[in-house]
Amino acid sequence: MAIAFTVNGKAVTSAAPENTPLLWVLREELKLTGTKFGCGAGQCGACMVHIAGERTFSCLTPVGLVAGKSVTTIEGLSPGRLNALQRAWLAESVPQCGYCQSGQLMSAAALLAENPHPTREQIKDYMGTNVCRCGTYPRIVRAIERAAKEGQS
Amino acid sequence: MSVTRREFMVGVAGLGFSLLLDGCETARPRSGASLAEAPTPGARSINAWASLATDGTVYIANPAVEMGQGSQTALPRIIAEEMDADWDRVVIVPAPPSDQVYGNPGFRGLMYTAGSATITGYWDVARVYGAQVRRVLMQNAARVWNVPLAELSTEPGIVLHAKSGRRMSYGEVAALAELPATAPQIEPGELKKPSEYRLIGKDVMRVELPAKVNGTAQYSIDVQLPGMLYGAVLRSPAEGGAPLAIDDAAARAIPGVLRIERLPFGVGIVAETPWAAFGAKNALKVEWDRGARAYGHDSDKAVGIYGAAARDLARPGKVWDSAGDASAAMQKAAKVYESEYVCDYTYHAQMEPLNSVASVSPDGGRCEIWCGTQSQTMAVGAVAQTLGIAPDRVKLNLTLLGGGFGRRGHRDEEFVVDSVLLSRAVKRPVKMLWTREDDVRNGRFRPLSVHYLRAGLDAAGRIVAWQHRVACDEITAFQDPVRYKGGGERDFLAMAGSELRTYDIPNRLSEQLPQATGIRTSSLRGIGFGPNKFATEAFLDEIAVKHGLDPVELRLQLLRNTPRGQAIVREVVAMSGYRRGGGLGFSFIDYSGTMVAAVAEASADRRSGEIKVRQLWLALDPGIAVHPDNVVAQTESSIIYGLGLALTERITFKDGVVQQSNIRDYGVPRMGDVPELHIKLVSTPNRPTGAGQMATPVVAPVIASAVNAASGARLRHTPFLPERVLAALA
Repeated sequence: MAIAFTVNGKAVTSAAPENTPLLWVLREELKLTGTKFGCGAGQCGACMVHIAGERTFSCLTPVGLVAGKSVTTIEGLSPGRLNALQRAWLAESVPQCGYCQSGQLMSAAALLAENPHPTREQIKDYMGTNVCRCGTYPRIVRAIERAAKEGQS
Repeated sequence: MSVTRREFMVGVAGLGFSLLLDGCETARPRSGASLAEAPTPGARSINAWASLATDGTVYIANPAVEMGQGSQTALPRIIAEEMDADWDRVVIVPAPPSDQVYGNPGFRGLMYTAGSATITGYWDVARVYGAQVRRVLMQNAARVWNVPLAELSTEPGIVLHAKSGRRMSYGEVAALAELPATAPQIEPGELKKPSEYRLIGKDVMRVELPAKVNGTAQYSIDVQLPGMLYGAVLRSPAEGGAPLAIDDAAARAIPGVLRIERLPFGVGIVAETPWAAFGAKNALKVEWDRGARAYGHDSDKAVGIYGAAARDLARPGKVWDSAGDASAAMQKAAKVYESEYVCDYTYHAQMEPLNSVASVSPDGGRCEIWCGTQSQTMAVGAVAQTLGIAPDRVKLNLTLLGGGFGRRGHRDEEFVVDSVLLSRAVKRPVKMLWTREDDVRNGRFRPLSVHYLRAGLDAAGRIVAWQHRVACDEITAFQDPVRYKGGGERDFLAMAGSELRTYDIPNRLSEQLPQATGIRTSSLRGIGFGPNKFATEAFLDEIAVKHGLDPVELRLQLLRNTPRGQAIVREVVAMSGYRRGGGLGFSFIDYSGTMVAAVAEASADRRSGEIKVRQLWLALDPGIAVHPDNVVAQTESSIIYGLGLALTERITFKDGVVQQSNIRDYGVPRMGDVPELHIKLVSTPNRPTGAGQMATPVVAPVIASAVNAASGARLRHTPFLPERVLAALA
């Protein structure tokens, strides 16, 4: 039976077996490819999405568990315009290869939603879930601090 | 600089000189350059590198791939600079795969993005190509206005005749341009002087960045095609191994699995979804042929074997570099020091696990591929060879790369060929995905290396003799047999950086003791510079401490013929307040002409053996910095990459099989591991020498020096794992 849930405000259904990770349903069934596959094991954060407002590794979440829930991906973070975090990401020239950045932004958005003015230590602690192999970490810190200062809308 | 007629005539998209002015893009304001797949059909090719639309849009071909290093922006900016193009009207398009037209003159003529060689390699020709376009436009304006060429000048996007006040936009000139049969000759003195640059040396947003903050950036893993299926491949644990017996009963039972294909090196799966393909791959039971050479290889034992080879001076090495007579000078030296260093196997860990998409025509005579490769022409060549077709029957769609670091430029491009084999089998488009576990297990690694070094000092404490023997798995012969044979069978990927040409040491010898282990090896960010500079700089630090020399003074003496090296050393000393005995570490390297000096503050916990790097100061002189903030970004990146290689990252083998499986047990740096970084870019008016990886090799030796300065422990084996640190502290 199809699994019904909401992605970025739209009702969707998936015909995938319910143990299929949400990541692959988003990417290959719903064609929302901004959410990335990095490790498949909750070790890198490239697949980070929000489920009912909580940041979650979509690679570890069986699609059956999101039935009836609301999922937000990078495509739905701020549709049609850039939010303060995305603007800060550009202002600080954060991305290099860019592959991890959707996940970084989804983690950062969850951080600022919980804690609008995090300290540098709180940023490092919270963002420890997300790996960036290009080493954009110093710029991510600066961008989060900039977004926190300039406002989140 | 001479350009052949063919180079001049071939258009960005093979458009030649047909004059099609319909379909031009309507003029619109832009901020900065943008990207497109190809020039608009109305655009005119002025040479292979630039096409102009009549609305003033300037299409510039980019021969480099983009993996985060930024040359997709920086290289076209060099061409735009000499064209005097309006950057807001520039559209960057991928150059089609052709080594002959677009090969990097600084990288053996290959279309190959690696070695931090894009800007340095194309520097001369890119400026000439840009200047030629400008000259052709000016010649046409001179003809139309009937004025001498010498009276014309340009502003961004406009040709001017100051005397009469006439102006014509580049688009207007393009509409009536007559193209010369051969490219105009541009003398070096006719190129812009650095003081005249408008674009080079100025910061700008990289063209692809906006797509990297909203999820729209396209990597090969994102490609979607009608009727596309999903592929997975189970590869032999050891290179050269084949499946002997395949039990696929459980795999076949998984819903959605369409095909299980025996391959020469493993087993391929094609399924309706990635999840079904992965499930089937995991359900396979395969008995592997044990004939592959790597079986039996154990990395712990190999340290001893390699070390014995390196230390045994009776065993002749393969000479990489020599000057004077190191052996005779060593015998005459007043004092000889020796030491040994080890670097473990390391893995690229690019964030995007390798994948590709292929669509082979039903008759096998054509193929279209989508991939993130470091060499467009190698990818096309590998696919053409696999299918037994001509390269022009292969259409490449180059995507962004989710990290490269040297992993995506092997001659066989095996991760591209995988999807081709599967697509051919099912006659449908296939997206072939390696999981992270596959990416580690099928990894091609920076080799294990053991370095034996000797240095002879004269009575005045001057180093007069130097010998460096490197025992390591071979890289170049495996990664690229063509370049290996063409380059005199020199293993430059392993040995680069051991040559110490910048240091004034009259008698030097560096040699390789190649270990033919059958282990899959690869270039990795910093190539041989990583292990070799760790060994040489850590050894110099040891010599300084043992011989009572100031480590900075020692380097300044060795750099007596290299003022830029001395300047960068003095710069980092001034930045950091380094002084001998002050508890900080110091190191210097010359990476292909880019001067890098670093100081670090680090400590080793005496109970846990953990190293904490608190601060790192680094100054670098890469010559002209085309895109300064990006040079800084690449330096941050290089340092953090080097931090992982120095402290935590390693691959181990037991019986030829990789022991690690994913990100965590390999151990890449996370945000909390990064020290406070103080970076100073010292841009000097010298030819650019590269910035994409230059800081990586300085990190391990500067941390080793800092730990020694703080605790007295001498670290000689990367990564500096806690147990190794504890042993060194004891």
